[in-house]
Amino acid sequence: MQYLVNVIDHRSNSGTDEEMVAIDAFNDRLRAGGHWVFAGGLADPTASTVVDGRGESPVLTDGPFAETKEWAAGLWIIEAPDLDAALALMTEGSKACNRRLEVRPLYAG
Amino acid sequence: MSDAREALTRAHREEWARVVATLAKRFGHLGTAEDAAAEAFATAAERWPEDGVPPNPGAWLTTTATRKAIDQIRRDSKRDGKHREARLVSSAPAEPLGAVDDDRLRLIFICCHPALAMEARVALTLRMVGGLAVPEIARAFLVQDTAMSARITRAKAKIAAARIPYRIPSAADLPERVSGVLAVLYLVFNEGYLATGPGTAPVRDDLAAEAIRLARLLHELLPDDGEATGMLALMLLTDARRAARVSASGGLVPLDEQDRSRWDAARIAEGHALVRERLASGEAPGRYQLLAAVNAVHTDGDATDWTQVVALYDQLVRLDGSPVVRLNRAVAVGECDGPHVGLALVDALEPDLAGYHGFHAARANLLRRLGRTAEARDAYDAAIALAGNTAETAFLQRRRDGLQG
Repeated sequence: MQYLVNVIDHRSNSGTDEEMVAIDAFNDRLRAGGHWVFAGGLADPTASTVVDGRGESPVLTDGPFAETKEWAAGLWIIEAPDLDAALALMTEGSKACNRRLEVRPLYAG
Repeated sequence: MSDAREALTRAHREEWARVVATLAKRFGHLGTAEDAAAEAFATAAERWPEDGVPPNPGAWLTTTATRKAIDQIRRDSKRDGKHREARLVSSAPAEPLGAVDDDRLRLIFICCHPALAMEARVALTLRMVGGLAVPEIARAFLVQDTAMSARITRAKAKIAAARIPYRIPSAADLPERVSGVLAVLYLVFNEGYLATGPGTAPVRDDLAAEAIRLARLLHELLPDDGEATGMLALMLLTDARRAARVSASGGLVPLDEQDRSRWDAARIAEGHALVRERLASGEAPGRYQLLAAVNAVHTDGDATDWTQVVALYDQLVRLDGSPVVRLNRAVAVGECDGPHVGLALVDALEPDLAGYHGFHAARANLLRRLGRTAEARDAYDAAIALAGNTAETAFLQRRRDGLQG
């Protein structure tokens, strides 16, 4: 079972060097335990472009699809047998990146 | 005929959770288990009056429910083969617990999982473990049937989609998970015991009784858990005073004015025995055990020994220094050391509790005892404006109207 983990933030480019070190160490632990699928940081939502290709010509809109006070500043995709395991792992992840996290199941392909 | 009905009522009380829990394990799906259990009880209601009550009602119900579940799964897979819902992940406990490995315990823990919203946990527990019908739960919580039904459906869907496991937590997680279950049971109990909202009966006995039944089940499944024992004792000792707690005119009767002959002696004896059992264990008591001990003191002898109550609240404040706990301690100190001392402690809590009716009620009572009538009247008015319970409001009005001068 895979879970998408969104890193919740409300300030742009707010990560610190100290947090990066802790996140790297946490990612090593995820790899060692066989839980790591993917991880990455995201640029500020103001750098987003919304593309709508459903019509004859694509419609492009500057900015994120929803204006919110909080957004995802990064993400993990982890492998875990069940929600309890995912939550236990990401409690550590939350400590490492010093942010709240949203843990959301991915549908199996 | 009436024997069959009685047997069915008893079987529903004693076997519902076991049937749902067993089927959830076997078929890996809570919804299937719930539907099949409901169908099995409906079949029993038809058949038992005609055919007689089976020698082992529980086994009959489990077998019938299993057959219904298999039929349902066959029908579903014919209708839409690929639309199979996710199966529950279950496993044996990670470590031996000193507890019975009972599927009902798995059922309780999944219904009270911390990833579910509190109101969903309450609804799911009453439905899956308690066996209450959805309209009964909806009525108890003053929401529409459809809304309650949607709440339960959403919770089941989240359990399946997020893979909340059907499992007894590991020993390391157990205390916290048990305390999550106890919070759900206490909420159900208080909802029954101290119902809020205008027009509701002051005491909804059925919810309080249901909470006690669930607490009894949890205690039976986790006999060594001090807090589960404490919760059962707390509920029994509180509920024992129910008949004396509300007057004929519908007003709350304070403890020292209650007719003790109307207390339920059996519940008090059972509650006291549980509290003594915890004291004898020599383990440091948790919050519910301390609250149970406070209620044991209230129900011991002819009057409350307030020195003991203060000592217990001193311990509780060390575990949980929340303003409401400190308020209850201040009230006990007021009984022990006089209203001056109590009032000073209560007044210090104003920044935290100005919006809580209990704060104003406690102040009003202390001011009344000090003869500060005008201030007492204002405090009663503030308490009445904030109180949500009809019996409590009636009591506060009676006290306010009885002020001299």
